[in-house]
Amino acid sequence: MSVLSVLRITLAKDLRMEWRSKDAINSMLFFALLVVVIFSFSFDLTADESRQIAGGLIWVALLFAAVVALNQTWARELRNQVLDAYRVSPAPAESLFLAKTIGNFLFVAILELLMTPLFIVFYNLRSIGPVYQLILASVLGNWALVVNGTFFGAMSIRTRSREVLLPLILFPISIPALLAMVGATTSTLTGEGSAHLSLVFLAVYDVVFTLLGLFLFETVLQAE
Amino acid sequence: MKSKFAIFALLTFVLLSWGLYQALVGAPTEATMGQVQRIFYYHVPNAWVMELCFPLNFLASIIYLVNRKAAIDAFAVATAEVGVVFCTVVLLTGPIWARPVWGIWWTWDARLTSTLVLWLIYVGYLMLRKLSTGGPNPVLAASFAIFGCIDAVFVFMAIRWFRTQHPKPVFAGGADSGIDPRMMHAFLINLLAFTCYGALLVWIRYSLERTRQKVDEAHAMKSLLHQEARSSR
Repeated sequence: MSVLSVLRITLAKDLRMEWRSKDAINSMLFFALLVVVIFSFSFDLTADESRQIAGGLIWVALLFAAVVALNQTWARELRNQVLDAYRVSPAPAESLFLAKTIGNFLFVAILELLMTPLFIVFYNLRSIGPVYQLILASVLGNWALVVNGTFFGAMSIRTRSREVLLPLILFPISIPALLAMVGATTSTLTGEGSAHLSLVFLAVYDVVFTLLGLFLFETVLQAE
Repeated sequence: MKSKFAIFALLTFVLLSWGLYQALVGAPTEATMGQVQRIFYYHVPNAWVMELCFPLNFLASIIYLVNRKAAIDAFAVATAEVGVVFCTVVLLTGPIWARPVWGIWWTWDARLTSTLVLWLIYVGYLMLRKLSTGGPNPVLAASFAIFGCIDAVFVFMAIRWFRTQHPKPVFAGGADSGIDPRMMHAFLINLLAFTCYGALLVWIRYSLERTRQKVDEAHAMKSLLHQEARSSR
């Protein structure tokens, strides 16, 4: 089977499972909502202050929430030894990795769409810079989180304390991407400085880590 | 092998003692910072060893993924662990110096932040090794090390570009502004001494890991033979 057809079938299967159970979306959404509420209780902010820190808050909430979905990606393949079946099947590992990444990307994108209005309401936000930069930052930042998260999820599923390990290895690697996402979002929201450099940085980060993930995924999947 | 190790250990001990003497007595007291500047003879060589260890770990990880030799993996563990230890020393001795000189324990300066993130990445690496099911999984660890090392490049760039608005403490009469030859002497001795010390630790950790691998192998072999004996009966 070709790379694309395996990708399409795996992705369709994941989306169908998610559509029927809504496990990942529901838990992510509720978790992100809790983070937003707890943040706004922890800080008492004016409109100016919230514009300064909202970029950081949004991404921290999304990062924490994404881990919930990322942990479930591979866990659902453990039932009935599906992961072992992937391992012995001749289907290209790269398409499995890409399908999982795209699936997670869509879940986090839905989360972003639902969370943005909440953020605008709770933190009285209004963007001073151009809005297309925010959209670009959320797409590129989303991909940066899920591409590494999907890869490391396949690693942490092989360890004793799966759910705990994923953030422990994902967060340090995501720090540079997080800096760029927050930089782009904050400079767009406040209208100070240019988001251009951050967006280019994120794009390069995405390309490099996608290629690295594609290159090493087969090795990780087959690791004994 | 054993005598070579003993000679090297003795040499390291002599160098470290001499280095300590030079740092505490031989080198003159720095004019503006005073005695606290002497921590540099400890801090900088430690940072140097750390900067040697992490690239070696990266190289060993790549080589391991290509040839899958257990010895290479043992070397990767040794360099990662020693690197983290030396990195911890750097992160601890830095603030001890910074408090009296800068007036603060910590600042989110580019170099400090990148060292901290590097430490976090490699602690993550050690966690991954520690928590793998069915014994350590070298393939996962090696893949993560490659991610970590490439990420380190992004960390350095990101911190330089996106965190520059933070005030940087000014070095008042630091090591750059004309150094006394006796200070240079003490510094170079310590650099050599700590490089030897780091190599010695990697050596010890490496042979320990090799022994552990061989014991595991022997255990696996033994249980395999048992199974075979039982099935043939």
